[in-house]
Amino acid sequence: MEKNRIEIDIKIPNQTRYLRLIGKIGEELAIGLDEYAGNRNTLAYYINLVLTESVINTITHANACDPNKIVHLSIGIEQDDLVIRVFDEGKGFDINEVPPPDFEDLAEGGRGVFLIRSIMDSVNYRKKGSENVLEMRKSLVKGEK
Amino acid sequence: MNLDIAEPKKLVVITIKEERLDAHNAADLKAELLALFEQGKKNILINLQDVRFIDSSGLGALVSGFKNAITNQGSLKLAGLQPQVKSMFELTRLHRVFDIYPTTADVPELP
Repeated sequence: MEKNRIEIDIKIPNQTRYLRLIGKIGEELAIGLDEYAGNRNTLAYYINLVLTESVINTITHANACDPNKIVHLSIGIEQDDLVIRVFDEGKGFDINEVPPPDFEDLAEGGRGVFLIRSIMDSVNYRKKGSENVLEMRKSLVKGEK
Repeated sequence: MNLDIAEPKKLVVITIKEERLDAHNAADLKAELLALFEQGKKNILINLQDVRFIDSSGLGALVSGFKNAITNQGSLKLAGLQPQVKSMFELTRLHRVFDIYPTTADVPELP
């Protein structure tokens, strides 16, 4: 593993009670990033949020709320980026087809992907072998988006 | 005899005693709010002072309550938002929708 590279590989049951744990791991990683150009407390909140939103999407959509399935994700630092990957074996979807929320219409849902996109510098979802991977990157040298 | 007998509208204050309002517990809040509306309570104030983290599901539960309040000619107001929680309302433009007060003490009494 190259210098300064971190990769935390996590597997949790497909249950919402673990969102807190995943969020906390992301927060702790962010708080320790001395090299980050922006506010680390804000980054910690954002990473907690992105992890929560991406994992809940996998729990409810790809894994259809089946408590016996697992969610596999990784959180890491690669060069100057904080990188989160969430893997699934569901049927997949085109993330570019997810519309932004209609701010004039008060819908209950539909803000999760918007929040992820607002926070992260790049978001893509693609098929890789037998699974799909949602990859989200945030530059640590650019500071706040 | 011409009488106008009115029961002053009572504000139900809900303080969320959770650090996170997220996809794990948002459905519980939504159900609690629905139960209050079904009991005829119309005006609700949610105190978020203990909530450090909110996600899109938490926001969704509050939007659901807000819409139900409006349908019932009532109101749903918020107080005590921590700065990062408030920033989520700003990011999703929901700060334009809700009446948000610094603390519960700042909420004007209902007529």
